[in-house]
Amino acid sequence: MSCFKGKYADELIKNAAYIGTPGKGILAADESTGTIGKRLSSINVENVESNRRALRELLFCTPGALQYLSGVILFEETLYQKTAAGKPFVDVLKEGGVLPGIKVDKGTVELAGTNGETTTQGLDGLAQRCQKYYEAGARFAKWRAVLKIGPNEPSQLAINENANGLARYAIICQENGLVPIVEPEILVDGPHDIKKCADVTERVLAACYKALNDHHVLLEGTLLKPNMVTPGSEAPKVTPDVIAEHTVRALQRTMPAAVPAVVFLSGGQSEEEATRNLNAMNQLKTKKPWSLSFSFGRALQQSTLKAWAGKEENVQKAQAAFLVRCKANSEATLGTYKGDAQLGEGAAESLHVKDYKY
Amino acid sequence: MASASASLLKSSSPVLDKSEWVKGQAIRQSTVSVRSLPSGPSSLTIRAGSYADELVKTAKTVASPGRGILAMDESNATCGKRLASIGLENTEANRQAYRTLLVTAPGLGQYISGAILFEETLYQSTTDGKKMVDVLVEQNIVPGIKVDKGLVPLAGSNDESWCQGLDGLASRTAAYYQQGARFAKWRTVVSIPNGPSALAVKEAAWGLARYAAIAQDNGLVPIVEPEILLDGDHGIDRTFEVAKKVWAEVFFYLAENNVMFEGILLKPSMVTPGAECKEKATPQQVAEYTLKLLHRRIPPAVPGIMFLSGGQSEVEATLNLNAMNQGPNPWHVSFSYARALQNTCLKTWGGRPENVKAAQDTLLTRAKANSLAQLGKYTGEGESEEAKKGMFVKGYTY
Repeated sequence: MSCFKGKYADELIKNAAYIGTPGKGILAADESTGTIGKRLSSINVENVESNRRALRELLFCTPGALQYLSGVILFEETLYQKTAAGKPFVDVLKEGGVLPGIKVDKGTVELAGTNGETTTQGLDGLAQRCQKYYEAGARFAKWRAVLKIGPNEPSQLAINENANGLARYAIICQENGLVPIVEPEILVDGPHDIKKCADVTERVLAACYKALNDHHVLLEGTLLKPNMVTPGSEAPKVTPDVIAEHTVRALQRTMPAAVPAVVFLSGGQSEEEATRNLNAMNQLKTKKPWSLSFSFGRALQQSTLKAWAGKEENVQKAQAAFLVRCKANSEATLGTYKGDAQLGEGAAESLHVKDYKY
Repeated sequence: MASASASLLKSSSPVLDKSEWVKGQAIRQSTVSVRSLPSGPSSLTIRAGSYADELVKTAKTVASPGRGILAMDESNATCGKRLASIGLENTEANRQAYRTLLVTAPGLGQYISGAILFEETLYQSTTDGKKMVDVLVEQNIVPGIKVDKGLVPLAGSNDESWCQGLDGLASRTAAYYQQGARFAKWRTVVSIPNGPSALAVKEAAWGLARYAAIAQDNGLVPIVEPEILLDGDHGIDRTFEVAKKVWAEVFFYLAENNVMFEGILLKPSMVTPGAECKEKATPQQVAEYTLKLLHRRIPPAVPGIMFLSGGQSEVEATLNLNAMNQGPNPWHVSFSYARALQNTCLKTWGGRPENVKAAQDTLLTRAKANSLAQLGKYTGEGESEEAKKGMFVKGYTY
């Protein structure tokens, strides 16, 4: 199979490799307006543009935080926003050595004839949108496909349709200079055990890489954003070592070495849990030809949000909390996290919401 | 692979009462169709949910003997080319005037069972202020709607294309149903000079299958159209080979997406040599190859096969169709022509109100000729020179 090598090939390879730099990872700050509204309302803050801007400024301008990040995923609104002093966020990030990324999917819709399974939309006009985002400074993109585990799920149709959508999105991004993050999230909801999750994850990832190959995607210029392999939310918990073992094994079985990095989603794990699991993976002594890092949303922002509570006078405290999590996850990518991060309020709190709708 | 049960197949006459499929559907049926039951490995219920019976009826109505489809769904840009060819400006008023001419041709419904519209037309009225959709229904013609959003380049292929239009398709088809449409159309293309590459064929087939599943879920019979372009200097055997591969893949993915075959229509290209091939084929040869393809690849559950003309002259398209209907077929073999029905009509009109009647007469002449061809009874008497002119345009983009 030969892949498509357009004019951006070298740049894509360089950027994808950079994002996987050991000691760094991604802050997923691409909550849509609706979703960020839920976050803000949880701390009694109104969902208006100025507040959304203020929150993102708090995060991006935390002194010392950017050194632990290689990328930040933005929502379209944020890509064009500025700090209170008038500096575009994109510039703030670039100066801090952080690549701006952009969420490009248009949400999920139901697949008729299935039991509530979904497919992700957003392919129409995607090429033009990617060009626009590239011009605005974005260098990578993200598209979230969602699958769930149930008695008959995920169905082969859902797997094929989501894998195909990811592959089409990926090649279009690459044509237009954006490194595509391929995200086939298998939701943690359910009473299934870790073996079931491993089985499903392996099947889904195999389908994804088959589709990426069929669509001639340049693997060296992509990233994978999978779920960690864990027991379901309603099943008994296991230790980070068990999660690490199952997760890395699933990747060894399905992910080509050409892919430079894996940036795990946190999917409802608490901040501390997510960090410990990532750390365990990086301590595992086994074949790992790709770097294992993070792309966390809730698991990086939860205690920060609580500390901020929307108040100007709390900004420093909130930034301190954010810095703690960034540093902890940076160490986790190196396998050196000692579990001693000063736990902010809410750091150990599970962030799982059943049947979570973004 | 589960598909519609046999109970949905009725052996009644395919010509149905208009009232059974159209205006009676004032109340839109709920789209909360039956989902899979929680228990059991084979519990997945099937497709088309609440619209299953209606889809079967509509498909059969469109596929009724002696009738075919008038494709008048040219996008505004393409319609502009047509209007320009007779010296008219591409304005909404001119498009409205032209479409009014077409839909009000008296007695058109004798030969035409369905008309594919562009979105603008679906929501338009004739120059007399009557809804286009209503005029069609009164003429006994089922309104259809083009739902794809056109072709874009396919990266990693050999300069080939893929078809857009899946985003928001569920809500769009639901809205079109409300407006009176009862079938939909999605046109993707495959190019023989460019390969076709496996990727292009797969992408075409998968897009069609997803579109068909969504259309059925919202009450529209999907016309499945993977056009194998006429461009190229290849012979008829090569076309045959490519067509077999394309149709195999299309039906595989339709099945994977649980599409109900009794509720679809196909719009294939006929199997012919490429436009620049030195060896031409007779209508008999075209018929022989095309029928062989259909027999090998199209399940008999599909009620109607409505061929596209793809650049053939009006008379050529009629002759070929006629040759295919010299014996009984397990599916209704008919036409869905745009240029091959409209060409002479458009030129006769020339944009002048005083020419409307004459133009409508030529439309009826072509419609009648193709109706006879569908019945295998076309004799070719009295065809004009204009009608015999080829309409192939190399590298034609819609």
